[in-house]
Amino acid sequence: MSDLLRLATAGSVDDGKSTLVGRLLYDTKSVLADTLDAVTRASTDRGLSTPDLSLLVDGLRSEREQGITIDVAYRYFATPKRSFVLADTPGHVQYTRNTVTGASTAQLAILLVDARKGVIEQTRRHAAVLALLGVPRLVLAVNKIDLVGYDEAVFTRIAAEFTEHALALGHSPDSVVTIPVSALAGDNVVEKSARTPWYDGPTLLDHLEQVPVEPDPHDAPFRFPVQYVIRPRTPEFPDYRGYAGLVASGTVRVGDEVLVLPSGLRTTVERIDTRDGELPEAVAGQSVTLLLADDVDVSRGDLVASAALPPRVVDEFDATVCWLAEKPLSPGARVLVKYGARTVQAIVTELRARFDEQRLSSVDDPGSLRLNEIGRVVVRTAEPVPLDDYSSSRRTGAFLVIDAADGSTLAAGLVGAPLPVLDGVPSCTEGGSTAPTGTSPVADTDDRALVSPGP
Amino acid sequence: MTTSLDTLDRLESEAIHVFREVAGEFDRPVILFSGGKDSTLLVHLAIKAFWPAPVPFPLLHVDTGHNFDEVIEFRDHVVARHGLRLEVARVQDYIDDGRLAERPDGTRNPLQTVPLLDAITSHRYDAVFGGGRRDEERARAKERIFSLRNSFGQWDPRRQRPELWNLYNGRHRPGEHVRVFPLSNWTELDVWNYVEREGVELPSIYYAHQREVYLRDGMLLAEGPWGTARDGEVLQRRTVRYRTVGDGSCTGAVESDASDITQVIAEVAASRLTERGATRADDRLSEAAMEDRKREGYF
Repeated sequence: MSDLLRLATAGSVDDGKSTLVGRLLYDTKSVLADTLDAVTRASTDRGLSTPDLSLLVDGLRSEREQGITIDVAYRYFATPKRSFVLADTPGHVQYTRNTVTGASTAQLAILLVDARKGVIEQTRRHAAVLALLGVPRLVLAVNKIDLVGYDEAVFTRIAAEFTEHALALGHSPDSVVTIPVSALAGDNVVEKSARTPWYDGPTLLDHLEQVPVEPDPHDAPFRFPVQYVIRPRTPEFPDYRGYAGLVASGTVRVGDEVLVLPSGLRTTVERIDTRDGELPEAVAGQSVTLLLADDVDVSRGDLVASAALPPRVVDEFDATVCWLAEKPLSPGARVLVKYGARTVQAIVTELRARFDEQRLSSVDDPGSLRLNEIGRVVVRTAEPVPLDDYSSSRRTGAFLVIDAADGSTLAAGLVGAPLPVLDGVPSCTEGGSTAPTGTSPVADTDDRALVSPGP
Repeated sequence: MTTSLDTLDRLESEAIHVFREVAGEFDRPVILFSGGKDSTLLVHLAIKAFWPAPVPFPLLHVDTGHNFDEVIEFRDHVVARHGLRLEVARVQDYIDDGRLAERPDGTRNPLQTVPLLDAITSHRYDAVFGGGRRDEERARAKERIFSLRNSFGQWDPRRQRPELWNLYNGRHRPGEHVRVFPLSNWTELDVWNYVEREGVELPSIYYAHQREVYLRDGMLLAEGPWGTARDGEVLQRRTVRYRTVGDGSCTGAVESDASDITQVIAEVAASRLTERGATRADDRLSEAAMEDRKREGYF
């Protein structure tokens, strides 16, 4: 079992998310005495009789003043069973981009609803974003259960409504868990509550400690974006030429046949180097340096990939984008696309559909895409790019859309259409060059199972 | 054989990935290096990231002048041993010619910001590596791994770029720079576990030793160029160690018998105080002390 779980929280304003995170930290004894003293002092200053646990996480002055969370914050806590990296993301509608940020690296997400309000627009939007980004596991925490008198019927109704929505988004039944909690009173967060005798599932922390974490799939096709060419040219290493990078997916072994893309040159892995010595193999998540057998031309931005299962190389592709900028997207926009370790010029040639996360349907030809909207686009690049579908690889199927003028990040891009609900949109024909080996996509894009975690 | 990565392997690989990404995308990076444990770890990871080639960037120390001798010796030892290049920006120079004034409380930590920004401008550094960790402090918990600063070096938490997957956007306009934090996801305990695993050498003051200290505001301060005990404060010889190393005037020691790495790890794991809360007067000034310094261009 993995010793590290990366998770994200999402919820609307006033659902009590900061309080829940504060409760998790507090009840797992992850809050040290001086921090707690400061929170207690600040709570007293505000006229409160008990410590306001949300002050543990709301780190910025304006957050504390307004009682809201503005920006994604990262929290670290550990129990004897596991270490946790928690991305705490704000619930304001204008800050959905932070949910995208938190979800992009999460292996599990906790979604909060207020038991008095049930599943609302924000809940549906967040669930859709989490499904789109391929977060494999979901927890719905029905919070403030104390404020509805610990009523089982309220919980059951919300749980059923949410589960139906999550399944429609492509989650499997065993990947969604619903838990009645009160972050304020502490019910079912760390300690099992006596006030919900009708609930026989795990507490939130029990679940976080026990939920299976899908490891990086070592049997996925090998992908290695070259970040940097290491050429010491020192007396000791006059001819050394190594390609430094982090294995994005799969496993590589000495002697493996690989392709360098987009050029398509074929060679073999001669050596896998680290400062601590040579390795017989390297796996997803590992930073290493590859030495190749032939004197091929490789530079930063190239992709070293499995020769047996290479990605496709295209200069036009279908994608889904989460638009994160104030400036709207219109068809014809000239942008930069960063994937792996390469940034290329690109044009968004078509805006085919906007996703309506309320009705789980799509709107054709929307004309433009605004902040927080999710849409299906066609991207043409100035040079051929090796790509996987996001639904088969969260690492090599992801890209950034960057404003060429001011350098800001405009959108989170996902190759293909990871949400089944967008399938009604006719697919574009992939144009441009074909892969030098004439290969087909490595994974069946009809496979709608949520993808396993990258990080 | 199946390779499996533990938490430290993952943190190390992530940090190395960040170093290589910066080397690939920026023209003039620099590593902030004080000789403290976090910046020493940065140097260790940078060496690993580019081996067998030398580290392709220099180091910068913003020197408050309130140093522990052991740390300065260690700083110079690391630089010499690994053949690195060190630039030093001195707060003292700014005080001597009147560009900065000594604060009434004698602490010089906040005074580092101006020399830092001047050094960034004059050397045209476009990426500045810092050893900051998100677990240190709650304003730091909101920091990105790649943190864009405007031409005044300011951090605007409301205008941060979304940081997606491990795709870092280092684009910046002339005059802007990016602060880079490869240790963002490390905790204090991770740092110590890694120091043990890798056998990383650290300044001796991180381990228990005898020192003359006096008690002020609940902290054990050592005497030095920054001053000594005032009336009513008593200098006493105690067995202490440092959990953080900063400006001597505001860095407190903790009483400790932890004289080797194993004992330090046991102590950190059992500690009921955060490292900054236990030892840093500068973070106790207000609820938002760190946030305010970061907005002004501090690390």
